[in-house]
Amino acid sequence: MKETRKEMLEVEIIIGKIMRIGVLISALIMLLGFIMFLVTGHSGYPGDSFPTALLAIYHGILAFKPYALMMGGVYLLILTPILRVVISIYAFYKENDFLYVKITSLVLLILIISVIVGHK
Amino acid sequence: MLQTALLMLLVGVFAGTMGAILGIGGGMIVTPIVTLAMGLDIKYAIGASIIAVIATSSGSTIAFLKDDVLNLRVAMFLEIATTIGAIVGALLTGAFDPFILYILFGALLVFSSWNMYRKLHRGEEGLQKVTADKWAKKFKLNSSYYDKNLQKQIDYQVENVPQGFLIMLGAGLASGMLGIGSGAFKVMAMDGAMKMPLKPSSATSNLMMGVTAAASATVYFFNGSIRPDLAVPLALGILGGSALGSRIMQHLPSRIIRIIFIPILLYLGLQMILKGFGVAI
Repeated sequence: MKETRKEMLEVEIIIGKIMRIGVLISALIMLLGFIMFLVTGHSGYPGDSFPTALLAIYHGILAFKPYALMMGGVYLLILTPILRVVISIYAFYKENDFLYVKITSLVLLILIISVIVGHK
Repeated sequence: MLQTALLMLLVGVFAGTMGAILGIGGGMIVTPIVTLAMGLDIKYAIGASIIAVIATSSGSTIAFLKDDVLNLRVAMFLEIATTIGAIVGALLTGAFDPFILYILFGALLVFSSWNMYRKLHRGEEGLQKVTADKWAKKFKLNSSYYDKNLQKQIDYQVENVPQGFLIMLGAGLASGMLGIGSGAFKVMAMDGAMKMPLKPSSATSNLMMGVTAAASATVYFFNGSIRPDLAVPLALGILGGSALGSRIMQHLPSRIIRIIFIPILLYLGLQMILKGFGVAI
C-alpha cells in the first residue's frame, strides 16, 4: 500500500506538469486569436463561416487569421485529455505498473478509434 | 460580437468555478445558457458545452493532481467504460430530434438533483465503513487523499466496482449524445455506488470528464458544431474559473458542496424540460 501511494504521487506529478504545459499553450493560442478578433473585428473568413478541417486551420494560422488561431487553440485543448492518457502510459511504465500500462493503453486505443470515427 | 464574447467569458468563469468544485462538467450550465438565453441551435450548445467540459476538466486537473485529491487508477479503469459509451452516443446524436434531447437532458438534471438531496438528508458525508471488493484489490483502486477542510489524510476503500463500471458506460453514452460530461453520473458511480468520499469522487470525475468528452469532441469539431466565437471566450473563462474552483473545493466541507447544487440542478432541469415542450422562459 505504501509503495502504491509513493508510486501514484510520482505518476501524478509527471502528468500534472505536462498537463500544465499543454493547457498553457492551448490557452495562449486561443487568447492570441481572440484578441486579434476583438481588436480587428474581422474573423479572417467570410460571413459566419469558420474553418473546421485541420489543413484549412493550419493554413489560416500561417496567415494569422483570428478564427484559425482560435480553432487551432480549441483543437489543442481537445487534445489535452488525450495527451494526459498518453503521458499516463509512460508514467505507469516508469513505475513498473504493467497492469495499468495495459488499462491505459486500452483507453488510448478506444480514444483513437473514436477520433477515426469522428473524421468520417 | 463583443457582447457575446463577454457573456461567454463570464459564463465560463462561473461554469469553470462551479464545475471544478462539483465535478460535474460546465456543460450542464453552458447548454441552457446557449439555447435558452442566446436562443441558438442545440447543436452549437452541445459543441460549446463539450469544450466547456474539456476546459473544466483540464483546468481543474492540474490542481487536483498537484494536491493529490483524485484517484488516477479509478479514473483510468472507469475510462474504459466511458470512452466506449461516448463513441456510441456521439454516433447516435443525429438519430434523435431536439425534443428528445431536451427531455432527456432535463430529466437527467432533475434526477441528479434528487440524488444529491437524498444524500444530504441521509447525512453521510462522514466516513463510512466500506469493505473493498475483490475488484478494488485486483485493480489497486483503494487509496487516500488529503482533506484540506478536515486537515487530515483520509484513507478509503472502494466497493461495488462492476456496478460503478456499468453506470460509467451509461455516463459515456449520455456524454456522447448530449455533449455533457455527465459528471453527475460519474459522481453517482463513485460517491454513490463505489462508496468513495465526495471530494476524490468529484475530482476524479473532473479528470475523467475530459477524456470522455475528448472522445466525442473530435466528432463535433469536424462537423462544425464548435463555433470559435462561442467556444474560445468560454474556454478561456473556464480555464481561469476552474483553476480557482479546484482550490476552493478542497477547503469546502463536502456538505456545502451538495447544498449548493441541489437547487441549481433542479432549476436547470425543469427549464430544459419546459423548453422541450416549447415553453421558453
